[in-house]
Amino acid sequence: MADSQSQPTAIKPLTEEVSAPGRRKFLSWFALAWASFAAATLGAFSLVGRFMFPNVLFEPKSTFKAGYPDDYEVGMVDSRWKEKYGVWFVRVAEGMYALSTVCTHLGCTPNWLETEDKFKCPCHGSGFYKSGINFEGPAPRPLERFKIGLADDGQILIDKSIKFQQEKGEWNNPESFLTV
Amino acid sequence: MASLIKQFVNSICSPVTIFTFGTGFLILFLSFPKQFTSKWVSGPLAILGIGFFLFGLTDPHFRKIVTTPDNVPIVALLFLMAYFTWYAVRKAVRNDERLAQGKAPIEKEESEQKVLVFPYLIFIEFVVALFYAIMLVIWSLALKAPLEDPANPTISPNPSKAPWYFLGLQELLVYFDPWIAGVLVPTLIIVGLCALPYLDRSTKGSGYYSFRQRRVWVTGFLFCFWMLWITLICFGTFLRGPNWNFFGPFEAWNVHKVVPLVNVNLSDYIFIKWLGIGLPKQWFIREAPGFLLLGVFFFVPPLIAAKTFCRKALQEMGAVRYVVAAFLLLMMIAVPAKMYLRWAFNLKYLIAIPEFFFNV
Ligand code: FES
Repeated sequence: MADSQSQPTAIKPLTEEVSAPGRRKFLSWFALAWASFAAATLGAFSLVGRFMFPNVLFEPKSTFKAGYPDDYEVGMVDSRWKEKYGVWFVRVAEGMYALSTVCTHLGCTPNWLETEDKFKCPCHGSGFYKSGINFEGPAPRPLERFKIGLADDGQILIDKSIKFQQEKGEWNNPESFLTV
Repeated sequence: MASLIKQFVNSICSPVTIFTFGTGFLILFLSFPKQFTSKWVSGPLAILGIGFFLFGLTDPHFRKIVTTPDNVPIVALLFLMAYFTWYAVRKAVRNDERLAQGKAPIEKEESEQKVLVFPYLIFIEFVVALFYAIMLVIWSLALKAPLEDPANPTISPNPSKAPWYFLGLQELLVYFDPWIAGVLVPTLIIVGLCALPYLDRSTKGSGYYSFRQRRVWVTGFLFCFWMLWITLICFGTFLRGPNWNFFGPFEAWNVHKVVPLVNVNLSDYIFIKWLGIGLPKQWFIREAPGFLLLGVFFFVPPLIAAKTFCRKALQEMGAVRYVVAAFLLLMMIAVPAKMYLRWAFNLKYLIAIPEFFFNV
């Protein structure tokens, strides 16, 4: 490389007058290219952004009725609403509460293991007691509870839009527990 | 006899033993690279590895796991990685010996001979391309892609596994909070790899295999790649079963396997177990031991090293590069260190501040 440069070349060196307009012209092409690239990118992103606001949302209603407290066996975790609404019902002697089926680690759906008496997440192995308290694996906080109450007709009424988190002390809230 | 071997393998298989044994073997291998890459050692080791694999295939559970279409590439990866590591280190050993004798590396001699790209290189490339095309066709015909039911957010398969190249990170997620395992560590891997050529600017050993000329870097890289990436992928692929419990290679995946894993935080150990005074109310007192520990871990070793055995390295590298390199190395140690703490003491967090969602 080095010695080829030092050899005299046949190409006439560019003089200042020749190169200056050339450079300016080049720059303007460059600017045009960048501008169109930016415009195209912007257009593409705005199309993507449009997808963030779908015309219809198929989300189940956040409130639902879940039958009568007597439908649930004392001491059992009931998974009958797990698939439809993502809620476990835990019936204890004093009453019942509704646990969210979303693992607080990264959002997988744990399984209730009857024999081991715990919820266990299949993704990274978090375990939760029947109360929802996390005790093993990586989940940083307990499962959330939903607002639970009785409707006028005596059925259990769940409002999934209102959540109670234990680590914030919200499980003391009477709405997080249904006394029967 | 066979069942005795299986039982023995199952009983010694745990994250701790595999990780410790793997690291130990890697250190041994790199301490005696010449001996280990000679055919008298590497031959029997290869036979042992392949023999174990063939023996495993006689076991229905083992066979099922390794022949699952998703897992076949991981088996291949394991053997290929072992082969390439051996290949590179053997080349490095040869060059190191030549350099010690004052000769130039093999690559220098090779680069002095010239052949034409066409037809020699192109022909080889063409054959390889043909081979790969055929292999991929056969592969895609023989191993079916696992199509499952439409996604349903309320049903997570048990166990739920990420694509194989993410299984290492999924395994890390067991030990670290998502922002560390999913964001910080991957970022550090990428940034760290990008930073390598700026940290190690020695022109020695560029263009040819060598080990003696950059021992620290090669060792660090092999440790990260083998132990923190490949091993973790193998954990996730072969050894993690239902409920993300750890199973031996010949152990049937029992959904009801119970493993006691109750977590304890560092603050619990210190304030409840040792001092017996109960957890302090304020988080900054409660988590002070964790902060102290991390501070000591990240600041003291580089400072001591800078004064003692790394003084020359510090002079050569300058403060900024030294600090970056020290940080990356310490992170490389910190990740498995925390995993050991979990395995040994069920330690969950060194610092746990759920108040701010900051857990380390
Ligand atoms: S998502 Fe449940 S343990 Fe990770």
